[in-house]
Amino acid sequence: MSTQTVPETGELGTADPLLAVDDLHVQFRSRDGLVHAVNGVSFTVNAGETLGVIGESGSGKSVTSQAIMGILPPTASVTGEIRYRGEDLLKLPEQRRRAIRAESVAIVFQDALSSLNPVFTVGFQIAELFRKHRGMSRSEAKQEAVRMLDLVRIPNAKERVRSFPHEFSGGMRQRVMIAMALALDPDVLIADEPTTALDVTIQAQVMDLLRDLQAERDMGLILITHDMGVVADVCDEIAVMYAGRVVERAPVRDIYATPAHPYTRALLRSIPRVDRKGSALDVIEGLPPNLARIPQGCSFHPRCPFVQERCRLDEPPLYQVGYGRDSACHYWEEVVDA
Amino acid sequence: MTERPMEAVAQEQREVQDGPGPEDAQPGRSLWGDAVHELIRNPLFIAPLLVVLAIVSMAIVPQLWTSVDPQACQLADSKQGPSPGHPFGFTVYGCDMYSQVVYGARPDIIIAVVCTVGTMAIGVALGTLAAYFGGWVDVLISRLTDIFFGLPFILAALILLSIVGSHSIWALSAMLILFGWTQMTRIMRGSVLETKNRDYIEAARALGAKSPRIIFRHVLPNAIAPAIVISTIALGTFVSAEASLTYLGVGLERPTISWGVLISGGQEWAVAGHPHLLIAPCAFLIVTVLSFILLGDALRDALDPKLR
Amino acid sequence: MGRYVLRRLLQFIPVLIGTLFLIHYLTTLGIQFTGNPVRALFGVRQPPDSVIAAVSAKYHLNDPCLQQPGNPCFGLFVDRLASYARGDFGSDFRDQSVLDLLSRRWPVTGRLTLIAIVFEAVFGILLGVLAGIKKDRFADQGVKVLTVLLISVPVFVLGVLVQLALGVYVGNWIGGKEWLPDWTGEVFSVTFQGDHPWLSLIIPGMVLGALSLASIARLTRTGLIENLSSDYVRTAQAKGLTRKRVIGVHALRNSLIPVATYIGADFGFLIGGAIITEGIFNIPGVGGLVYQSIIGGVVPVTVAVVTILVLIFLSFNLLVDILYAVLDPRIRYD
Repeated sequence: MSTQTVPETGELGTADPLLAVDDLHVQFRSRDGLVHAVNGVSFTVNAGETLGVIGESGSGKSVTSQAIMGILPPTASVTGEIRYRGEDLLKLPEQRRRAIRAESVAIVFQDALSSLNPVFTVGFQIAELFRKHRGMSRSEAKQEAVRMLDLVRIPNAKERVRSFPHEFSGGMRQRVMIAMALALDPDVLIADEPTTALDVTIQAQVMDLLRDLQAERDMGLILITHDMGVVADVCDEIAVMYAGRVVERAPVRDIYATPAHPYTRALLRSIPRVDRKGSALDVIEGLPPNLARIPQGCSFHPRCPFVQERCRLDEPPLYQVGYGRDSACHYWEEVVDA
Repeated sequence: MTERPMEAVAQEQREVQDGPGPEDAQPGRSLWGDAVHELIRNPLFIAPLLVVLAIVSMAIVPQLWTSVDPQACQLADSKQGPSPGHPFGFTVYGCDMYSQVVYGARPDIIIAVVCTVGTMAIGVALGTLAAYFGGWVDVLISRLTDIFFGLPFILAALILLSIVGSHSIWALSAMLILFGWTQMTRIMRGSVLETKNRDYIEAARALGAKSPRIIFRHVLPNAIAPAIVISTIALGTFVSAEASLTYLGVGLERPTISWGVLISGGQEWAVAGHPHLLIAPCAFLIVTVLSFILLGDALRDALDPKLR
Repeated sequence: MGRYVLRRLLQFIPVLIGTLFLIHYLTTLGIQFTGNPVRALFGVRQPPDSVIAAVSAKYHLNDPCLQQPGNPCFGLFVDRLASYARGDFGSDFRDQSVLDLLSRRWPVTGRLTLIAIVFEAVFGILLGVLAGIKKDRFADQGVKVLTVLLISVPVFVLGVLVQLALGVYVGNWIGGKEWLPDWTGEVFSVTFQGDHPWLSLIIPGMVLGALSLASIARLTRTGLIENLSSDYVRTAQAKGLTRKRVIGVHALRNSLIPVATYIGADFGFLIGGAIITEGIFNIPGVGGLVYQSIIGGVVPVTVAVVTILVLIFLSFNLLVDILYAVLDPRIRYD
């Protein structure tokens, strides 16, 4: 069960978070059996806040974001609650969910080149949103598309609206994706590894853009990444995911200063640092688990330097570590002190 | 509808072996090993394979399938329907239909095998050279392919064979190879183009391997899969082509016995009220071609990593 | 885009000349190998001497290069090109020019081919989309079975069987029923009816297009399945678009690209198939002309008509290449 630190009230009031994910479970039917991609994830995002979701490949972060958007394949079974402004999205009929997509909750994907349709102009792909969701005419929608391209700081927007995705550079393409996501002024934006495929300098530009746009629109932003360096500037809160669960949740400064979970600690220590030049890189021993056969007990225990007998048997719940901080480790106090 | 999330997850699990978990990890298998493993379990592969083997045995040892001499024809029996001892009836010329159909397998199988081997040899060679070396080699081979491609197969056959006038199996095969290599070349070229940019080729080159070695040991084994699939289907296509050309009058002709000869010989009379003249040879032809295509399809599904 | 078209045109011309040369070389080789150019042209028939003399002069049969097997005979080739440029494609033994012979026949073949292409494209794509959407379910398996069967049957076998079934059996059955309108009789007639040029070509057109329909269906299906699992389809869904639009606009557009190229290449096959189909259904089209000239041994007509067909084929391919660039903006900068 979740340990919400945001107090819940009975009605739709100011205490309702913008987006609340509550005990989300996602399973896939596959050749190797049932794959447990997400195993009880809970978090909240409010307007103007940025939540960073950190995890390796296979941690379930992308599946979570797609569950929120409702675009998982039919082989997926989803349980739990995903509440947008108090309404559980999972209980809505598809038509309602479709309306919410892009209008209220939007997503930016990692690889803009493959995520944009190669045979349509970017103008068409952005305008499509205005035509289909808002009923605008072609010319009106086109104007809006130009406006959006301007907004994401693409030079010469009026001409570039007629260009095709492959005619843009990587960074520009990512901006196009952002423009498309923000077109209908959503309240929540999910950015799934938005800068992973980009050069470092371009990364910084895109992150700045995201931050500015978020501030302007008072959006809730969920930033998904595996790069801990990126989140430090932008995020208010961090959720660390491993094997489909949130294993630690804390305000950003606390996580960097005193991680309370062995995995988080190991992640931070494995970031190469200039001042430690010459010494061996710290790595996390072992490999992430096969999500069709998650180990018993704590899913991290095979790789954990703090492991004890209890870890092999009991799956740790989220212990409250402090105000607004949780950790899924039986021995979190030792981790904090280490 | 999209497979990505699950696939991304499952794929990582596969790449990265099981951690110290209680179950055993799956043993690593090559693409071909996996393919064979899957094929053996696929009824749509085994069934056509058996049919093909049966037909090939008809071609090699027809005596196994019939003791009747196909040349023992009596005009008095012309066009007779099925009767005891003659399950498919008689042909227009009074020969036993069943034995003619059985013996008819041979020229078709010969043509199929010879032509497929021929086009594959040329196609693989030219396609690989063009794609691997690029530059003017590629331009030359590609233009050559375009030129031959511009002359549709049937038209070329018509010209050449009507002038040369030969109706032998070898003339026909030579002709089919001469105009059938373009497809294989294009497929092979595309496949090699795709393979040669892969990282392990770069790695081999960085380790100092020379071109011929790279081509044979690294590029070919990985690029050859589409060519194998097309070849299997091509076997069927060539059988079909022989029949079509024979029907047009430029393929085989009597006294050579083939399904095409039987069909074109029987066509007019069949419409006039003797359908059995067509049914047996058509059935054999269709079933044979069908089997090759099913084999090719099964191979393609087994070898295509994207569909795994 | 303009540059792309120009480049394609520039590639087109040498290939055209190359293919024409190939035809020429084949013909000369054939003549050289039979040893007797006159015999090569006339087959087994032995025409009167005056005809032989006239034809020999006309086709330069006395040229020494025709006695040397393997000699490409460039001189003759250039002569031939020159006469093509003049519009002279030769004539048959009764001195009717090939172009005249064709002018009467090409509308028929044109209609036949058009029917075939429309039929195979429309139904091929529809079936492919159906199979792709309902992957692995009943509809998909059904389409798979149907297409594999169609591909396995050579055009002429299909034509013969169809003629047997529909023409003889169904046609006779319809003839007996007075309540059916006349035009059904025309559709199912066994042979071409001059006063119903479109109706009586429907069945032959369908036969001609059947095999290609199967390939198009398979191509569309594979393409659609691949595209349905692509990232940009995921994005389209995330944009809250209806399923109909995601499949019908986003996925389909990309899936149609290989189909367009296929139709271009297939045209060559259609030409060959037309010859067969016209032969079976007795249609007085270009294919029929080729067919008769083969049987009758009128080689100059065969060669000339084939040359023209090749010209048309290559031009059609050029058009398809350009269409491909319209459909797929990525290759315009190739």
